[in-house]
Amino acid sequence: MNLFVLLKQVPGTSNVKMDEKTGTMVRTDHENVINPLDENALEAALELKRSIDGSKITVLSMGPPPASRALREAIAMGADEAHLLCHRGFAGSDTLATARALALAIEHVAGRKLGPSDLVLCGERATDGETGQVGPMISAMLDIAVATYVRGIRVKEGHAVVERVVEEGFERVRIPLPALVTVVKDMNEPGFPTLSGKLAARTAPIPLLTPDDLGLTQDIVGLSGSPTRVVQVFRPKFTRDTVLRQQDSGGAAVGLLVDLLIEKEVI
Amino acid sequence: MDYSGVLVVGEQRGESVHSVTYELLARGRTLADKLGVSLACVVIGHRLEASGREIVERGADVVYLVDDPSLEWFIPRRYSAELAALIGQIRPEIVLAAATTAGRTLMPHVAAKLGTGLTADCTGLDIDDKERLLLQTRPAIGGNVMATIKTPSARPQMATVRPKSARPLPRDLGRHGDIVVRTAVCDNAQFAGERLLEFVRDTSQDVSVQDAEIVVAGGKGLKNRDSFKLVEELAGLLGAAVGATRDAVDLGWIGYPHQIGLSGKTVSPRLYVAIGLSGAIQHLAGMQTSETIVAINKDKDAQIFKVADYGIVGDLFDVAPELIDKIKHAKNERLSGAR
Ligand SMILES: Cc1cc2nc3c(=O)[nH]c(=O)nc-3n(C[C@H](O)[C@H](O)[C@H](O)COP(=O)(O)OP(=O)(O)OC[C@H]3O[C@@H](n4cnc5c(N)ncnc54)[C@H](O)[C@@H]3O)c2cc1C
Repeated sequence: MNLFVLLKQVPGTSNVKMDEKTGTMVRTDHENVINPLDENALEAALELKRSIDGSKITVLSMGPPPASRALREAIAMGADEAHLLCHRGFAGSDTLATARALALAIEHVAGRKLGPSDLVLCGERATDGETGQVGPMISAMLDIAVATYVRGIRVKEGHAVVERVVEEGFERVRIPLPALVTVVKDMNEPGFPTLSGKLAARTAPIPLLTPDDLGLTQDIVGLSGSPTRVVQVFRPKFTRDTVLRQQDSGGAAVGLLVDLLIEKEVI
Repeated sequence: MDYSGVLVVGEQRGESVHSVTYELLARGRTLADKLGVSLACVVIGHRLEASGREIVERGADVVYLVDDPSLEWFIPRRYSAELAALIGQIRPEIVLAAATTAGRTLMPHVAAKLGTGLTADCTGLDIDDKERLLLQTRPAIGGNVMATIKTPSARPQMATVRPKSARPLPRDLGRHGDIVVRTAVCDNAQFAGERLLEFVRDTSQDVSVQDAEIVVAGGKGLKNRDSFKLVEELAGLLGAAVGATRDAVDLGWIGYPHQIGLSGKTVSPRLYVAIGLSGAIQHLAGMQTSETIVAINKDKDAQIFKVADYGIVGDLFDVAPELIDKIKHAKNERLSGAR
């Protein structure tokens, strides 16, 4: 089985700082990590690989050169092969342009259209952009089945049965392969790099893919290929007339609050 | 042909329309009125006939009910094929759907098919007067800031909207609208092999902070699981649902379904009582549309006071028990007064 896992390098969440003047994110490179949910996707792929003979895991990421570190980490954990979409032309891609590039990259490294022995896995969303759109977009572009919010997966002959977490409970869904699934945190506990994995990671080649390699012309890649534009970034202003009271030993502030609750017919 | 009009993608749950549809209609109505265009709503599913009328009463000018046994359950590719076909036919300039598990799956799929943009999880929508473009505002960069996003040239302009970030319009029984029932236009056989095997309702997840009229929420200031019970007691007294910050959830004081904020739920109750929580921007992202906000915090500079209508600066371990006492007292008085 051919398993493709999509990884994104994101800022470690607690370290996100803002440049007050420009409204952009201040990124210091060593603070970056693999998007946590992508680690669940990788772990799910590793579990499938262990249970299905002759499986192979290919990890793909799009990002600046340091993103190759995330890919090496994936190899250390047991992935077989990694590719990085890395070129100035990709910069500024929105979810649509990102999905287009990754969809083409998957077919590029597979050397063909996906077939019934192929499965693409990714995290349900990235902790920085928080859109969760890239996965379903890729499935549409590759014209393969899709299941989102997956917390369990079993692969059978030519199809998979997945368990999806939805608002009111969960669903068991049958999807034909090839397919794309996005996974949630509950899926598994990501493992650790192995010694042999670490050794492999040190020397593994990580080929870089450019828009040219994927046949992407300038108008459909990066910022110019992105239909959406961020036009403003701002800190929300709060416009409430707050009544602020210091609680004293007499409990006057609480007394007034109770009056307010009575007035609002809460009690 | 030009694109014109606003289309809202409604949702059904087992033959009845989900309330998030009416929230979207309220949003859609405002945008359509600003643009001077009509508001359509589509619901995809099965046995929908009874739903059309209320959708009109909640603001739609035209309702499309795509009704077919093959559409009883949400299968992304099927729904996407139906929605893309409808969009191709009526060519709306704006399409809105809910940021639910279904909407967040369906809409990117459709956007990719149509080659247009999509903004996830918007909390604010408006029309830019000059260019008549949709302004889509959402939390960005881990919720530290808000970003406004436009789709300048691709059509339609599409967005998913956080549930509970808007209030439905009241029913207007005198409203007129067209109800169009259609069967599936897409070939059923094409998606054979893709189906729902089982749906299991999980009632333990069903804490419905989202539907509560009153929410009492606690944060790390409660110090431990045991004192978090103060929040639960107060909620019980007020007939409220219990909410929590991410920190309180991560510390294991209460389950994730109670988490309010960017990575939890968005709520919009009549009253929100915030106890021992700082009001981090990611938390505010999930509750600032509450009608009345009351906060208790010992730090007078806590951010939560910036969004609160009424704030008490004080130690919650004094204030909360006293509040509980006084509410009990007030309730008793009312009861004895009524007798
Ligand atoms: C990507 C991302 C997503 C996030 N999503 C969410 C989310 O969905 N929801 C969420 O809530 N957070 C979220 N967070 C975390 C958020 O940034 C804050 O860390 C969190 O909200 C803080 O929780 P808190 O208010 O309980 O704790 P604190 O910030 O530690 O605040 C505790 C407050 O209690 C007060 N206090 C302490 N003792 C007392 C006392 N005895 N009496 C009265 N007051 C007292 C203190 O003055 C302080 O203001 C997210 C963060 C990131 C980066």
